[in-house]
Parts: sequence; C-alpha cells; structure tokens
Amino acid sequence: MIAATQQQLGNYLESFSAFDQSAVGHELPWLRKLRQNAFARFCEVGFPTTHVEDWRFTNVSAIAQTPFELGTTSRLSLSSLQLEPYRVSGAAAQLVFVNGRFSQELSRIGKLPKGVIIRGLAQQIAENPRETENHLGRYLDIQREAFSALNTAFLEDGGYVHIARGVVLEEPIFFLFVSTGADAPRVTHPRNLIVTEEASQLTVIEDYVSIDAGKAFSNAATELVAGDDSFISHYLLEREDQQAFNVSTLRIQQGRNANVASHSVLLGGSLVRNNVHPVLAGEGSDCLINGLFIGNGRQHLDNYMLVEHAKPHCGSRQFYNGILDDRAHGVFHGRIIVHKDAQKTDAKQTNRNLLLSDNAQIDTKPQLEIYADDVKCTHGATIGQIDESALFYLRSRGIDEVSARNLLLLAFADECLDRMKPGPVRAHVEALIHERFLKRFRRSGWPILDL
Amino acid sequence: MSLLEIKNLHVNVDGHEILKGINLTVNKGEVHSIMGPNGSGKSTLAQVLARRESYNVTAGEILYQGKDLLAMKPEEAACDGVFLAFQYPVEIPGITNAYFLRSALNAIRKSRGLDEMDAMDFLPLLREKAALLEMDEKLIMNRSVNEAFSGGEKKRNEILQMAVLEPKLAILDETDSGLDIDAMRIVSRGVNAMRSPQRSFIVVTHYQRLLNYIVPDYVHVLVNGRIVRSGGAQLALELEEKGYGPAEDLARSAVPAA
Repeated sequence: MIAATQQQLGNYLESFSAFDQSAVGHELPWLRKLRQNAFARFCEVGFPTTHVEDWRFTNVSAIAQTPFELGTTSRLSLSSLQLEPYRVSGAAAQLVFVNGRFSQELSRIGKLPKGVIIRGLAQQIAENPRETENHLGRYLDIQREAFSALNTAFLEDGGYVHIARGVVLEEPIFFLFVSTGADAPRVTHPRNLIVTEEASQLTVIEDYVSIDAGKAFSNAATELVAGDDSFISHYLLEREDQQAFNVSTLRIQQGRNANVASHSVLLGGSLVRNNVHPVLAGEGSDCLINGLFIGNGRQHLDNYMLVEHAKPHCGSRQFYNGILDDRAHGVFHGRIIVHKDAQKTDAKQTNRNLLLSDNAQIDTKPQLEIYADDVKCTHGATIGQIDESALFYLRSRGIDEVSARNLLLLAFADECLDRMKPGPVRAHVEALIHERFLKRFRRSGWPILDL
Repeated sequence: MSLLEIKNLHVNVDGHEILKGINLTVNKGEVHSIMGPNGSGKSTLAQVLARRESYNVTAGEILYQGKDLLAMKPEEAACDGVFLAFQYPVEIPGITNAYFLRSALNAIRKSRGLDEMDAMDFLPLLREKAALLEMDEKLIMNRSVNEAFSGGEKKRNEILQMAVLEPKLAILDETDSGLDIDAMRIVSRGVNAMRSPQRSFIVVTHYQRLLNYIVPDYVHVLVNGRIVRSGGAQLALELEEKGYGPAEDLARSAVPAA
C-alpha cells in the first residue's frame, strides 16, 4: 500500500512539473514560489494516515491510491441545459466552474453595485497580481494541512470576490462547482479568495455537484477575509454523487467586530471532509459555525472544526447536527484554541446526532485548549435514535407512522435551518434537505410525504 | 351498543403480567374514573387503549364502537376518536405546538373525508380553545411541543389538544398529578366543557380530589391488575377516607393461593 501511495505521489510530481511551468501566473515569482513550497510540503508529509490525530476517524487511502488526472487539463464542456437543475434565482451572480475551471459562458453575472468585483481567480491573478498577492496563500495553513498544501500547489482557478469598504451586497453570490466526465478519475483544486473590506456585507455559497462524473475528487480551499465590522455569511453545499471524494477547507480571517456565519450542509459524496477554520483575529468578532450532515449507504462525512480565539471579547458558537443511516459514518471533531490574549472569550460547541440504523456510526470529539484565564467555553455532544416515545405521541394524535418519522427528522434538521437567516438562500437549502429526505425514503420504498 | 367494551384483558409489559383480566364497559356520554394505588396497572390500561404497541396483550379483547381496537394502529385509533391525555407529555423540539396540532387535526379530518384546514382557518379555532384553558398564546404559537413547559403547562396542553381534536373517547391519565388547585380548576373546566351525551371519558387518577371537579358516573378501583370494586361517585369519597387498604385486602382475597 505504501508503494502504491508512493507511486501516486509520483503521479502528482509528474502533473506538477507540467503545471508549474504553464499554469496561470507561472511567470510571477511570488506565485511560483507559493506553489513550489506548497508542493514540497505536500511531498514531505504525504497524505495523512489514521495515525495522525486529526485524521484518526477518516481513512483517505481511497484518495491516496486513485491515479487522478488533473481535471483542468481536459477541456470538457457542459451545455447550459445540463445546468438547468442547478440554477438559482435571486442571486447577484452564479459563477460556474467545470472541473475547476471558470466558465464565462455558463456563468451568470448580473449588474453589480460599485465596489463589487466578482470573477474567476485565474483572471484576477492575470489582471491584478499585486492585489492578489496581498491575500492569496496568506491564511491557509499548508504546514499542518496536507490537503491545503496540495490545493495550494495546484491553485489556478476558483471564485474571486472583492467587496469594497461600506458596500452591502444583499443578493447572494453562488459558486457552482461541477465535476464531470466519467472516462477517467479526475482531481480538481478549486481555490477561492473572498476579501471583504470594512463594514461590508456579503453572502456567498459554494455549491458542489456532479454531472456524469464517475470517480472525482474535489480538493477545495477558500480563504475568506472578513474586514472590520463586516457581516459575512458563507454556505457550503456538498451534493456530489456517491462516488465523489470531497475535501474542503474554509479558512476565515476575522477583523475587529467582524460577524461571520459559516453554514455547511453535507448531503452527498462518498468520502467527505469539511474543514472550517476561523481565526478571530480582531477584538469583538463573532463566529457562528453551523452544520448539518446527512449520510446513508456507506457515506463517510467528517467535520473538522478548528476555532481559534486570538483576541479578547470574541464569541464562537458551533452547532452541528448529524443524521446517519445504513452504514454511514459521521465524524465531528471540534477543536477550540483560546490564545493567551483572548480574555473574555465565549465559545460554545454542540454536536447532536441521530443514528437511524444499528450499523451507522458517529465519532464525536471535543478538544479545548485554553491558554487565557477569563473565558467561558462549553461543549456537549449527544447521540441518539428516533425517540420512540415522541413517535408514539405523534401517532396517538392521528399522524401516521411515516409522516411522524419524517416530522421528527425534519425537526432535527430544522435546528440547523433555523440558524440561517430567513430568505432565498435558506429556502434553497431547505428544499435541498427535503429532497435528500425524499430520496432516502424513496430508496427505502417508503411512501412519500407531501410536506 | 356501548362505546367501549373491555373483556378479560391481560397485558404483559417486559415479561410481567400487569393487567390480569380487566372487564369494563363504557357507554356513550359516561364518565368513568379508574382509581388505584401506584403500580396497579392504571397507566398500562390507558396506554393499551391508545395502542402503545410495545405492550403485549396476551388475552382478552377490546371492542371500540363494535370494532376490534387491538387490531388498530395508534393513528387509526386516534382518527377513530380515541384520545389519551398523557401522564408524561412528550417534548418534541423543533415542531411548534400550532403546527403539530394542525397536522394532527388534518390527519384526523382527512381520515374522515373532510378537507384539510389551512393555517388561516385553524388559528381562530386554536385561539378560542386556548382561551378556555387560559394558555399563553406564545406557548402555543411559537414554542416547540411541550419543550421547556412547566408541569402544569404540559397538562393544560394535553387538554388543549383534546379540545381541538374533539375525541369520542378521552382517557385522562393522571392529568391532575403535579397540578396546583388553580390549574386543576382550569383543566377541569376544560374537561367539563367537553362533556356531552356523545363523548365518554375515562379519568385515571390516584387522588379523589380531581373528582370533586370532574364528577364521574362510575368509579372503579384497580388493584394489582384487577378491578376489585366498582360503584358510584361516592366510592371515591370512601376511598379518600379509608385509603386503598381495604381494596387491596379484597384484591388479595380474590387471588387464589399459588
């Protein structure tokens, strides 16, 4: 197995040599150095094994052993018709990426207010390298995270957003990442950079889907810089097909009084790792980290939270709910680090899980590291089944068994929806969740409830 | 035809025989009270009537409106007019009281071939019933079912559900326990307002006190899985005075020595 993995690292080396000399921005010394350092680091550490504490519950050998082709090298295209089911209404923009590469033709960008820049990262690198250099690669921890190092080595395209000081963009921005092409296993390394200046407001959604994709690996990374007094909502929607691998890392850098909400909804994929890493680097900043993961079959859904409190008077609240059926395996790892200066920190963490079958599994692990002395940190985790007494209570009032079960599951999922701001994005997410439930019941041959 | 006929009902729970041959007939419009010491099987009887499936009926039968109640699922019994006010109402986070009640009412209406009620039609009905029980509107509209309700609020919520669902047979399982005298008056008023020649009640209680407010037509004493005495409302007063001791003696004498 080690030999096979070595060989795969060899494949990455081959891809990288070609990529390094031709990728967008290869002539920029800082960018070339960033990629080369990241690749060197990746080669040094390789793919993590379950001996590494942060990966104890998630075995990535299926990723390590698959000989992926770099997605961007093939020029597969999609028709607008194929994208129809993934279109959204009421968005300021929907950027479409096909196997990691931005597609101008498929994207829809409306008239934007002054002070808002939305484009592909490759274009941003080419047209404004100096501005890009100020932020790109400054926040992601490639020393500690192998997948972030790998992403950085192969970074080229993804979503780029810049919101100027005081600008409020009320309509959301969608990034739609489509994996496609069943002929060969493909890897893509979407890289997003979102920079919001002081007192701005933004809602951005990363939406991962598959269209006839076969075995695909999305190794995504996002650097989100939330300026002082900014108000930012970020959503991750993972709904790729059940052959997909998805590792995504969201690194948030929060300024003074910045208010950020991260919502993750994992519905698809076979092996999924969702890293959320906010650093509360400005006094008085606040972060909500909200998530829902729903797995069945043999899905493996791993949520790794790392919340760093670096300054005083910051708050963070983590709420993750998991619903697991069949042989699905869920992981919640919630790490909170309170640095020495971060007095008056208020950090809270809650992970609640419903297991719907005897073979479903959840590993939940809180990890608190507190170096300040005047802080409030709480954590809690629960694992349970559908409450039989609640089920009987509902049925005793005339509600049939299937509807009663659905009601209880949706109520559990709704706890996460309730933390999202009411509006079109939440309605969109709600519809996806309901669709996910219906799929499950359809598969089990249960009648379908009209909700 | 009587509304409910229980004949020689034997029930096992977790391998123990809890009910050992219950016979009881309830006619339309009657209020029956079942009294007895703790552990005598009162709640088991209530739950079996509401069709809790984990309770194993080993012998006997129950006819409800002439039909085999034991063949019904809980939701079927409910749609046919059976209602249990739970001794321990269940908390259901994430479902508002109003949504829950409307879903329940619509499930029952649907089973009777009636149109479903939309929120606009349902709200005035809910408000009217809530006023009768002096319940805070916030508790009903915005809060999850029974979540963080006080004991008294939960019991009132049960009666509110009964008032909305308008059953033919209502079983109140120790609805008085944990209620102060004011709450008991309110709950009793709610129950009495629903008494009609078309509706029957089985009031399960440990204390006679509730029966000062909800005056029964019949009182039955359940001891050790059997009804050992039956009588009129005055029997409750006698039990209050003398306790269950004499009834328990009666139960023992009725059991053949092993």
